[in-house]
Amino acid sequence: MTINIMINDIEVTVPQGTTIMQAAEQIGVRIPRLCYLKDLSLAGACRICVVKVEGYSNFVASCATEALDGMVVQTNSPEIREARRDLVELILDNHPKDCQICERDGRCELQNLAYAMGVRERLFAGKRKQHPIDDSSLSVIRNAEKCILCQRCIRVCAEVQGVHNLAQMYRGVDTVVGPAHLNAMSESVCIYCGQCANVCPTAAFIEMNATDAVWKALADPTKHVVAQIAPSIRAAIGEGFDLPAGTPETGRTVTALRRLGFDAVFDTNFGADLTIMEEAHEFIKRLTANENLPLLTSCSSGWVVFLERFYPEMIPFASSCRSPMTMLSVLLKTYYAKQKGLNPDDIYVVAIMPCTAKKFEIQRPEHRSPNGLPYTDSVLTTRELVWMIKAYGIDFSCLEPGDFDSPLGFSSGAGDIFGATGGVLEAALRTASESLTGQPLEQIEFTQVRNAKDVKEATVMIAGQAINVAVANGLTNAKRILDRVKAGDKHYHLIELMACPGGCIGGGGQPYPQHGRYVLDEDILQLRANALYHIDQTKAVRKSHENPWIKRLYDEFLGSPGSDCAHTLLHTKYSPRHPRGIR
Amino acid sequence: MAQESARYTELRARLVEPYEARHGKIQCVIKVGSATCELAAGAESVKEEFLKLVRASGRDDIEIKQTGCTGRCAKEPIVGVYVKGEKPYKYEQVTVDLVQQIFEHHILRGEALHPYILDKTTQNRYSYVVTMCSTICQPDSGIDWSDVFQDRLLVNNVDPAVIRVYQGGCMGLCVDQEERGKSMSMLVFPQRVTYKFSSIEELDAIIKCHFVDHQICEMYIAELDPLTNRFLSHYGDVAFFNRQTRITLRNSGLIDPDSLVEYLRVDGYASLAKTLEAKNRQDVIDTIAKSGLRGRGGAGYPTGKKWMAAHREEGSQKYIVCNADEGDPGAFMDRSALEGDPFSIIEGMTIGAYAIGANQGYLYIRAEYPLAIKRIENAIQQARAAGLLGAKILGSSFSFDLDVRLGAGAFVCGEETALIRSIEGERGQPVIRPPYPTQRGLWGKPTVINNVETWANVAPIILYGADWFSRIGTATSKGTKVFALAGKVKNTGLIEVPMGTRLQNIIYEIGGGLKEGRVLKAVQTGGPSGGCIPVSRMDTVVDYESLRDIGSIMGSGGMIVVDDQDCMVANAKFFLEFTQDESCGKCVPCREGTLRMLEILERIVDGEGTSEDLNKLERLGHLIKRTSLCGLGQSAPNPLLSSLEHFREEFLAHVEEKQCPTQRCKKLVRYEVIATACTGCTLCAKKCPVSCIRGSLRQIHHIDPSRCIKCGECYKVCRFKAIAKH
Repeated sequence: MTINIMINDIEVTVPQGTTIMQAAEQIGVRIPRLCYLKDLSLAGACRICVVKVEGYSNFVASCATEALDGMVVQTNSPEIREARRDLVELILDNHPKDCQICERDGRCELQNLAYAMGVRERLFAGKRKQHPIDDSSLSVIRNAEKCILCQRCIRVCAEVQGVHNLAQMYRGVDTVVGPAHLNAMSESVCIYCGQCANVCPTAAFIEMNATDAVWKALADPTKHVVAQIAPSIRAAIGEGFDLPAGTPETGRTVTALRRLGFDAVFDTNFGADLTIMEEAHEFIKRLTANENLPLLTSCSSGWVVFLERFYPEMIPFASSCRSPMTMLSVLLKTYYAKQKGLNPDDIYVVAIMPCTAKKFEIQRPEHRSPNGLPYTDSVLTTRELVWMIKAYGIDFSCLEPGDFDSPLGFSSGAGDIFGATGGVLEAALRTASESLTGQPLEQIEFTQVRNAKDVKEATVMIAGQAINVAVANGLTNAKRILDRVKAGDKHYHLIELMACPGGCIGGGGQPYPQHGRYVLDEDILQLRANALYHIDQTKAVRKSHENPWIKRLYDEFLGSPGSDCAHTLLHTKYSPRHPRGIR
Repeated sequence: MAQESARYTELRARLVEPYEARHGKIQCVIKVGSATCELAAGAESVKEEFLKLVRASGRDDIEIKQTGCTGRCAKEPIVGVYVKGEKPYKYEQVTVDLVQQIFEHHILRGEALHPYILDKTTQNRYSYVVTMCSTICQPDSGIDWSDVFQDRLLVNNVDPAVIRVYQGGCMGLCVDQEERGKSMSMLVFPQRVTYKFSSIEELDAIIKCHFVDHQICEMYIAELDPLTNRFLSHYGDVAFFNRQTRITLRNSGLIDPDSLVEYLRVDGYASLAKTLEAKNRQDVIDTIAKSGLRGRGGAGYPTGKKWMAAHREEGSQKYIVCNADEGDPGAFMDRSALEGDPFSIIEGMTIGAYAIGANQGYLYIRAEYPLAIKRIENAIQQARAAGLLGAKILGSSFSFDLDVRLGAGAFVCGEETALIRSIEGERGQPVIRPPYPTQRGLWGKPTVINNVETWANVAPIILYGADWFSRIGTATSKGTKVFALAGKVKNTGLIEVPMGTRLQNIIYEIGGGLKEGRVLKAVQTGGPSGGCIPVSRMDTVVDYESLRDIGSIMGSGGMIVVDDQDCMVANAKFFLEFTQDESCGKCVPCREGTLRMLEILERIVDGEGTSEDLNKLERLGHLIKRTSLCGLGQSAPNPLLSSLEHFREEFLAHVEEKQCPTQRCKKLVRYEVIATACTGCTLCAKKCPVSCIRGSLRQIHHIDPSRCIKCGECYKVCRFKAIAKH
């Protein structure tokens, strides 16, 4: 069933059930919007997308109004433009006038709207709300003064992540968004994923800044400052410099880091390869013994906190492997320090991550060396690194690609795909399969676990055994699959869980969307994933266990996967983190 | 007889007959108002005093009982004395001292205490009381039939002094549209007969027969309206009541709201029995649709259409909700109905539930109404015990139960989508419609939400028929509407009038006009969502469309009379303060826009406004109206916009001349010593709290305007009228 409507005197035919906003997009009319986000429920709160429909006395929100046959819509009449301008001004009037010093990197949706709507003067300015800043959390800062109450953070936290940490409190102009009873974020059920910061159109939620500490370390001659970059950084960092989405930028990122003054640049992918070695070993062990199955992956630190908070009874199923980041950091402060003859305390490890939860992870006591120092000293999000590069005056697009330092800079393609949903599982299957059969894989790509939109399941045959695997990204999806496991509906062997939509490529620390694009836009996530799969495809070594440096590491240092040494250095444990008041 | 009717008859026999037997010997009933407002005015001690006196007298033929509110706020507590075989009397502002006099004179000796009777309207003894039907259906005739009637009495040599004539409400006696506006009805007491006539000749014939020959004039007799005919025997000879038409409030102030038996005695639950026996859901919906009943919560959506929409939805789980989150400042009709006649609301909801196929209902009552909640909970319990709620009601296959949910203390929770969220335990905030609650409401199931007043209309419509109901009112708005009449009018209180009644009739006839020496300026209807109607438009009739067309709304029925001493700017500010405070904060225009409007208004009343501010107010007002998410926001600017439209000069005086014409805006008032009148007594200087008045004994004093805090103390204390207030 299709219907016809007139938008700005242009006739458009759309399927029944299309909203006015969607219909307008079909003829290249992008109605301004603010609270709307494609993947979240409709709030209808900002009213910026109002349009005039002939015969209706009031304007209607085009995001929420279904186009009906014969509708005559005007998206840009003078009265509509004035209304939109005034609405944006009303938001601005209750928002700090500190754009010049705001952490938002010039990609502020409110600022862009104000410019586009032509708000050149303040007609209605008056009192402005005042709220304290909550910087209690290790990962995100909540600044309610910058909040424009679009409810995106509330919706992403509830709908995509299933955490429901954020809600509105008080009412009217006193409305404030925060955790229950406006408790400190550090005392809330927050799992630190940073999706609130990701979807925030302003800077009401933003990652805890680590750049100052990193600048300081870089300037300290006594420190040997090393960087490691996560797989998904290379797939997204280009967007921060207005390069087309989906361009792999491994080499230029390495060069940029060297220019910033890092003494060595390593690849978290190496840690990923190592993770696969350990995790595959762990999996085979459990599979053979048929105990503690399904094995739940543990790379995503947001997911790990979610598990500890909401599914503590399932902790025994989680892989005891540390995340690739921490594995690499551990090696940097042990293996690498020994090789280089450095005092581990003088090594300053900066991890460039797509993630704000990693900022929390590095502070966990489990991830500290025996002398109490953290294995990873600082975590920078992709956004923070982009800012540092810009602040340093480096023209990213002109850089020559560089290579990672040895020996912890070489990785297999299996490490690269860690950044996309299904990647960890695929990488693990590549290694586990060959380990079980002793035969090289005929088909190396397990495409059936790629590009999971919500929950994806597959059964793969390994050594004559049917292995039930599942992939979930976004914690609401994780919840769905965990509930299925708990209910005993289906017997799984291996489940990959990632906190963020699309996996790490959709992490809470990735560059803000370019103008006119959505955060978590499926197309952008797909382009970023494609970049990682492309890197994998073009690599000669595509299986973790075939990484020669990994083999050497085991030979020289760790022994074998699952050895006592490996266990001490590369594995961790979890404990329940009950939400306050719940036991 | 079908099972349901048999059960109903059996129920009545079981409950009502013993009651009647017990009360057979009762000679006098004393009804003491016991709604929240009456209790606040001291009704409880009045009741106790009566009890004491009855006990002391040893009489066992006097009964004292509580009733709901009769709607006369300023005159409470009200006590009705119903002596068998006599016209009832209602006493106003009864105190414990007065109780003794009433008991002694009226109850024991049969002499009514005329000076204390409500509105003092019964000081004369009349032989007849005649209520003429209202002329709302003849808006252009210009004829006042009560005047004509009086003239014809003289022509026919009847002394008008023995007949009391009221212009009453619509009696709904016209058979069809054809007859509407052509014939008139009159109700004559004590004979309790209704005549219908359509010419002066016919009226003469009735007068000759009834008032000259003392015969019933059979030729012009009309059927008795089921509700109107009870008026005199219910309320006595009080103009305030006899000019109304009461459907929603038909039992309020008359029966004991805590007694199912008393409700059954006034045909309570007859409608439900009739509905369940007929076993035709569609028929119930058709009847409601045909009656023309529209939502009394304010928006006026056709009730039948709403029910039909929910009825059509698939699914076995549906809900019925009563919206009793009454929040308009000054409106209390829902409370009064809940406190005065709870069973009628429960019966209405049960009929609605049957019609749409719901088995569970909720009454969402604001938590600030503890007595209403108590009475409803008691009524639910009694109805359950009598098999009128719960499983297999009246032996039918229909099961339905009710629960009370308390309001979360927010005005916005009266908005249906916010109300649903609130019942579900979520933050009470409106969500986008569609889907409408009838499609996906409470917990995602089809839900019908109607206002208290709407539910109260259901049972009478079923009992007396759609035609009866639709005969009352105007072409598009049927039935009656309850208003909370307040402000500068003599008789404030709850009134119920037929749709189509003119504002001037409400103010001058039922309301008794303005207080001494005051001049009517405007009427504000619809509470914080409504608008101000200027005095030039008092011929406007109350119905959904007419009020909307002049920039106001029916709303839930607030009606505030504004006189020449009220400042329209301050008035608009009052309502905006309310909506701004009650804005839920979800959408930008309402949350931010109302704040900015209020700031501008504050500037204006502080004398810091500019004429540009008036344009900004209008610009923001239209923005909020046209872009807000829910009805609350869309109507929030109404009081201000309508005031600006009709009283712009008053706003201009504030911003241009920095003067408040009514001298209500404190900061704009200036006090000055009139040199020719000042005697130099120094009293003002002594009383001035900030010592800004200079002057020594027998010298002309002087006020320093820069330090004056405008408290008005000097103006008050000056014995020589030597202080001028501008």
